[in-house]
Amino acid sequence: MIEVRNLTKKYGKARGVEELTFTVDKGEILGFLGPNGAGKTTTMRIITGYLAATSGTVKVDGFDVFEDAMETRRRIGYLPENPPLYREMTVGGYLRFVSELKGIPKSKRKAATSSAAEAAGVDAVYNRVIANLSRGYRQRVGLAQALLGNPEVLILDEPTVGLDPRQIIEIRKLIHSLGERHTIILSSHILPEVSMICNRVVIINNGRLVASDTPQGLSGRLEGRGRIAVRVRGPKDEAPKLIRELTGVASVSVETHDLATENGEVLLIVETDDASDVREDIFFAMAGRGWPIVEMKTIDMSLEDVFLQLTTEERLEDEAEVAPGA
Amino acid sequence: MRDVWSIFKREVAAYFISPMAYVMGAVFLMLSGYFFSVILLATHSASMQGVLGNMAVIFLFIAPVLTMRQLAEERKLGTDELIMTSPVSTTSIVVGKYLAAVCTYVVYLVITMIYPAILIKYGSPDMGPIYSGYLGMFLFGAGCLAVGTFSSSLTDNQMVAGVVGFGLLLLFWILGWAGAVVTGPIGDTLANFSLLKRFDDFQKGIIDLSSVLYYVSFISIFIFLAVRVIDSRRWS
Repeated sequence: MIEVRNLTKKYGKARGVEELTFTVDKGEILGFLGPNGAGKTTTMRIITGYLAATSGTVKVDGFDVFEDAMETRRRIGYLPENPPLYREMTVGGYLRFVSELKGIPKSKRKAATSSAAEAAGVDAVYNRVIANLSRGYRQRVGLAQALLGNPEVLILDEPTVGLDPRQIIEIRKLIHSLGERHTIILSSHILPEVSMICNRVVIINNGRLVASDTPQGLSGRLEGRGRIAVRVRGPKDEAPKLIRELTGVASVSVETHDLATENGEVLLIVETDDASDVREDIFFAMAGRGWPIVEMKTIDMSLEDVFLQLTTEERLEDEAEVAPGA
Repeated sequence: MRDVWSIFKREVAAYFISPMAYVMGAVFLMLSGYFFSVILLATHSASMQGVLGNMAVIFLFIAPVLTMRQLAEERKLGTDELIMTSPVSTTSIVVGKYLAAVCTYVVYLVITMIYPAILIKYGSPDMGPIYSGYLGMFLFGAGCLAVGTFSSSLTDNQMVAGVVGFGLLLLFWILGWAGAVVTGPIGDTLANFSLLKRFDDFQKGIIDLSSVLYYVSFISIFIFLAVRVIDSRRWS
């Protein structure tokens, strides 16, 4: 549905995006992840036609966003980072205006605006002036605007930013349900959000693609190393030493910022060499000394860890590249 | 064309929802009314000649204020991200906005037609120069607004847009004086580019086709430039 090829955007000499290539299939929800300033917004602006690329191509439904701009724009609903609202207008008036801009025929306009307002949950404030709405409602009005005319592709730039937790949950649910009928690109710097809603994640940093995979695939990517958290009621120095001696254990660290340590408990983070399961060995080792294990669980690498690791690896490579010349 | 209409409607509504159209209209009509009364009392002649000339100068100051918001604010508020990613051409956007300003101006002009109506009621004015004068007024004002729309496209700061617009209009006004200072073909050429100089003929009752063409091309050039400026932002 969306094909981004070798996309490069330069702002003067500074680079915004460099040689970015990825595709989004029909019906997919793609999470676009990266730290602030990574080039997420730039990429989205190029896909929507707000900016022109320095080089490279973007195709939406087979149409080039630059050559056939009108065709692609008709297929895209876009929610920019700051919802583009005219403060003096009412929600209804605004949605009517946008439906005119999108070329929705007059006979269908009423149905289109009310269904978009309903989907985004702004039908209750339909007749209110936008300037008097709360941040959360404005965000939803922006979303309603993007949904107008039922475009095949939705581009949502940080759709949950500035919302309260309850609203965030609602918007996520909404996006998830939209994913059944639309192709969605959604940017975020909040990782759990992306792993929750998206089928696939593209991570970019400094304008370059770092990884593209499913959220599960990314978490599993970390060389099969396992981590286990063990809470033991036992001595703080001997318990870790004992576990470290077990075969298959790579390292053991003591979690010092733990409230329960005062009760004679110690929380240990055990990293294993490979995928080998050392939980039984730990149990018997502790049982032999009479130190009860009060809690034991495996820790999945969160997307956060993956993200940090991928972006730091990238930085190290970058530095390595630069070093010989410098 | 339908896109122009959509943009136009919203823009006219924006003018008349905010105090902008009313405040500017009030100032314009107050000063016009002052000139009409004073000139009428002083000359006792049923003519609009001096009045229209003064109205034109007043509007030269009003036009940049009326248009400075147009494109600058869209950029400031980020609503340009909506209209520039809608299936609407940049030309439609700029033309729609420009026509909304022209429409507001026409409303002002229609209100000033009270003055010739008074002249007709209490005297017998020569209608020719009044008709041509109003045509000239319309063309002249539309020209000023095109400069205003153009300067609004240059920046996201309304004040800057207003000042630049005013500066440009002032330049096109004083070019007319060049004819008096610099003699010969250079002075004449410069004077030919003056917005107000061209207007003088209309006031006297002369509709010169070249002057009409001058205003039409003047407007087209500034609208074209505004479109180019907005379009070039995609490359920044």
